[in-house]
Amino acid sequence: MADELERPGGEPVEPEAEPHLPSPTIWPFAFAGGVALLLVGLIINWILAAIGAVLLLVFGFLWIREATSEVRRPPAAAPPAAAPVSELAVAEEEEEPERYPRSVFLEMSTLGVGALIGGIVTLPALGFMVAPAFVGQEHDEVDLGPLANFPKDQFVITTFNSKKDEGSVGRRTAFIRNNGLKNDVPSFTIISNRCAHLGCPTQPQGLPGKAKDVKGSSGTVTIIPVASVSGFQCPCHGGAYDDEGNRTAGPPVRALDRYEFLVREGNLVLGKPYSVGKVIGKSADAKIEAYRVADPGQHVDGPEQYFYPPKVWIP
Amino acid sequence: MARRRKSKRQQQLQALIMAPLDWLEERSGLVGAVKYFLFRKVPAESNWFHTLGSATLTAFLVQLVTGVILAMYYKPSPEEAYGSIQKITNDLTLGWLVRGTHRWGASVFIILLFLHMGRVFLFGAYKYPRELNWLVGVILLTLALAEGLTGYLLPWDQTAYWATVVAININANAPIVGPFLGDFLRGGAEIGEETLARFYSLHMLVIPGGLIGLITLHLYLVIRLGVTEPPWTKAAAGYEFLDDGRGPVRKGLVEPRPRGNGSIGTPARTESEV
Ligand code: HEM
Ligand code: FES
Repeated sequence: MADELERPGGEPVEPEAEPHLPSPTIWPFAFAGGVALLLVGLIINWILAAIGAVLLLVFGFLWIREATSEVRRPPAAAPPAAAPVSELAVAEEEEEPERYPRSVFLEMSTLGVGALIGGIVTLPALGFMVAPAFVGQEHDEVDLGPLANFPKDQFVITTFNSKKDEGSVGRRTAFIRNNGLKNDVPSFTIISNRCAHLGCPTQPQGLPGKAKDVKGSSGTVTIIPVASVSGFQCPCHGGAYDDEGNRTAGPPVRALDRYEFLVREGNLVLGKPYSVGKVIGKSADAKIEAYRVADPGQHVDGPEQYFYPPKVWIP
Repeated sequence: MARRRKSKRQQQLQALIMAPLDWLEERSGLVGAVKYFLFRKVPAESNWFHTLGSATLTAFLVQLVTGVILAMYYKPSPEEAYGSIQKITNDLTLGWLVRGTHRWGASVFIILLFLHMGRVFLFGAYKYPRELNWLVGVILLTLALAEGLTGYLLPWDQTAYWATVVAININANAPIVGPFLGDFLRGGAEIGEETLARFYSLHMLVIPGGLIGLITLHLYLVIRLGVTEPPWTKAAAGYEFLDDGRGPVRKGLVEPRPRGNGSIGTPARTESEV
């Protein structure tokens, strides 16, 4: 081939003239078609996805079968030697030098000990790299101050330290509405501002009042009352929610997350966050489909939920 | 070329210059290796598009140098990061230049990568026997993009913070692995100091290390396999250059050029060249 003639250094890398190339084939295209059908089907229709999966498997199999056909073919029988003299010579050439158990043992034990040392050094380091991200994710309770700061039936933008020891990086915001008493028990709607699309900070659509700092046992809590909130909007990709946090427009896949709460010594205390599929009903009478807290964008209900294993490491 | 005889003086001078190189060559063979690299054969019709790879390499080296210098002044913690970047940009002598170079250079690097990849694709240079180098290139591209992602967080300004929130959550949306990947990238459930620290480590140690290793492999393969001819050349079209004076001949196909440039026909003699 001309290509080989032109090789730098003048030497062809491989003296063989024919490149080892797979024969022309249609299977990869069909396989890719199957992948595309599967992906489109996941969005549009399960039957389409199933057809795509079948095509993918079948054509994948055919592709692999064809690509490996040369390798799988039994090796051609060695041509019978022409004369006894050359037979000897060939035999001598082809035979590997004899290996003794001791040298094999030494080789294997060198490899084995090397792997052992490598493992002992690497595994804990890898563990240290990965594990801390998954442990100690429990949520601190946050004291938001006296109930009197939360006027009835009005949303309040509340910004607080979510972690005791994290300072300004750990500041988070929730929209809190006091729903008054239901069956003599206080009811609050506490919605996280974290957009359920990809996590940008949503804003309430309403008329914000004056900000107030409340110092408490959990650090400074900033409170801004907002009048006549119609819903929440996200600045990033136009996600929109109603005043219960249900999605009304844009890309978010579920309702806004919420927080558990309790009332302790006349103070509102924030508990764990949880994710919400959908809210039916309003304020104190709302029925909330609650799930273990998930990252923004992860489905918690519908068939897509099976793509997102629940984060069981969160206590 | 007629060689002028060197004067004694010149010979002495040459010996002086060559002595350290000879010393090095005798003990390492490095001089020969560099010579081989610099004077290896490339196709006669190589053109400017072939320089895109070296241009990418240059952009990467610029990122290495400016990045190392920035790391001398940058402080990877949420409390200090933003301030240290402000200081580099506004207070430190020539800090704006080095930071600016690193920031703009990052885009230049990615753009050149894609141009280089485009030229490899359009020239068909990914074909046998260079498939492996294409695969190495794909990993290089992925690492370069990861370098861009991790570097973007470091200034810790509003853009950096929220772009990274969104970017990590996009990763967390991958089916099955998403929930694990998101927490791994954040170093926990929420973006915070752990995120900044691990992005810093990835950005300045892990990914550049990987890039340097793979670029070495990439260039080794380029040198071993040689550079492809542009597709419009005769060699790329499957011609062979024969030594019989007939010029390029297309292998295995009908010859495109009529044979025989012999002299005018005459009944007086036959010609062996016909
Ligand atoms: C850090 C990034 C990269 C560097 C520094 C780099 C460098 C180079 C250099 C110097 C060459 C010599 C020929 C030329 O300059 O065109 C080359 C060739 C090549 N590169 Fe890259 N490259 C990079 C990324 C990539 C990517 C992303 C791909 C494709 C996915 C790729 C695929 C190839 C292939 C297939 C060749 C052989 C081309 C031929 O022989 O004509 N490289 N590279
Ligand atoms: S992050 Fe809110 S719409 Fe995308």
